[in-house]
Amino acid sequence: MPIRLFGLFLVLPALAVIALLFVVPLTSSVIGAFAVGSGYGLGNFIKAFELYTSDIVFTVVIVSLSTTIIGFLSIAIGGYLVLGENPRAVALLRWLYRWPLFIPFIVVGQILRTFLARNGLMNNVLIGVGVITPMQAMSFLDWRGIVIAFVWKQTPFVAMLVAGAMASVDRSTIEAARNLGASRLRILIGIVVPQVATTLMVGLVLSFVTMMSVLSVPLMINAQSPTMITADIAFRINAYGDYGVANALGLISLVASACVGWFYLRQSMRKRS
Amino acid sequence: MSLAVHTAARPDFTVDLWWIPRAVILGLLAFAIFGPLMNLLLWTVAERWYFPHTLPLEYGFSYWARVFSPRGVAMESLANSIVVAGLTVIVAMALAVPAGYALARLKLPFRALILLAFLIPQAFPSLPVYVNIARLFYQIGLNGTVTGVVLVHVTHGLVYAVWIATAAFSAVDVELEEAARSMGAGAMRTFRDVTLPLAAPGLLASAIFVFLESLDEFTGSYFIGAPDVNTLPLLLYTASAGGNYQVASITALLLLIPSVAFMLIVERFLRSDVLSKVGH
Repeated sequence: MPIRLFGLFLVLPALAVIALLFVVPLTSSVIGAFAVGSGYGLGNFIKAFELYTSDIVFTVVIVSLSTTIIGFLSIAIGGYLVLGENPRAVALLRWLYRWPLFIPFIVVGQILRTFLARNGLMNNVLIGVGVITPMQAMSFLDWRGIVIAFVWKQTPFVAMLVAGAMASVDRSTIEAARNLGASRLRILIGIVVPQVATTLMVGLVLSFVTMMSVLSVPLMINAQSPTMITADIAFRINAYGDYGVANALGLISLVASACVGWFYLRQSMRKRS
Repeated sequence: MSLAVHTAARPDFTVDLWWIPRAVILGLLAFAIFGPLMNLLLWTVAERWYFPHTLPLEYGFSYWARVFSPRGVAMESLANSIVVAGLTVIVAMALAVPAGYALARLKLPFRALILLAFLIPQAFPSLPVYVNIARLFYQIGLNGTVTGVVLVHVTHGLVYAVWIATAAFSAVDVELEEAARSMGAGAMRTFRDVTLPLAAPGLLASAIFVFLESLDEFTGSYFIGAPDVNTLPLLLYTASAGGNYQVASITALLLLIPSVAFMLIVERFLRSDVLSKVGH
């Protein structure tokens, strides 16, 4: 057997799994979104927008806000790891920031569900410090809870990618800028961040797509309206067996993710040309 | 060393004032990360706890006893989770080791495209896909079976399995393989006795990744497994939705321990020579 064919033969089973168990269902979800009654049409989308417009807007706003916060925190963490002058503080931060990295979303949901509740540790500490009175204690289990859960879980991932990229930035330009008297903040914004922009964007795009398809966090933290599209999809299926509207909602979240991916590709193309 | 000498040589008793903002920020970060984890630990040993009490009213391990009783739901979920994750690792590695070897060593047409293809399940929102797989599996009788759940987990874990396996094989020195071949070893023998042992740490890392992904997976199990194949994440969800925070927290802790342990040791398995080849 020629070596090329043999190579393909070794890769084929794994590729077949992806094709059969991901590409085929993905295609059928796109087709299913347009299936109405016996033919095809936009009925499912009309119904989806009628019922869930506020949830769609809510989802995009929540995920965009989380992505933005994750971006800033990752730059801050990565920046301090590279430019920090106190080795002990840098080592402490390096040890600290990665803890939530592999903690699954469902566990994050449960952890923050108890932490952010009215009698959760956060309110208790705020009361103990005297920031709020016990009567003012309120639950954060609404959109804020979802944003906090996303930021808590995804920041270590993006920060790790960004810190890795920052570590390989040429030190001599940083030293040169420092010798010319540039402040560390200026070096971070002017020299380091532009050089790791691609890595940062990849991390943020992957996070955006991940957050768009997380079901457990909205189910655990806030399943009341307005909630995220994923919770609505699960509800359409479990309560009504309504695959049409569920697929339409799925396609809407797919389009939102695709927009972000397209925006990223366009930016990186423009930079290269 | 040089730092210690430096400070000893200078009789300087001024306190570094920068430690004040540093301590405040690091303290806040530590609270943001460990506060929620502490809260979870408190819940696992709380017998009674409700608003407005700051701390649990009673502590004890009665919920642990209930969770770990031989006929408790948790033991069934734990067994299911481990069986599913174990099978997922076996299937995923059986697919990924040949694929990774081919992608690393043999000249393949469209190599970059093939590597990208394994990223597809991560690059698209997976929920609509799971919904449609559930529908498909229902027609062919795979819904609610361990096989069905394993297949879904394999699809999701393949990107880690294939990408890390490819990187692990790429990091093996070609000259060692050539030396074995020139001494008369066959292709299979070279692979078994030279390439595979050298790539083993990387392959082990990818197996751990796949195991954890499967252990933690919720959405796919929710649509394909529930209510017949109950895994730990599903138990956590039902317990929490039913307001049983103790059982939910104990389950969460069970899922938390392997995740955090892996975070602490990941660098030992994924050496930088392998890491630098991921995705290449």
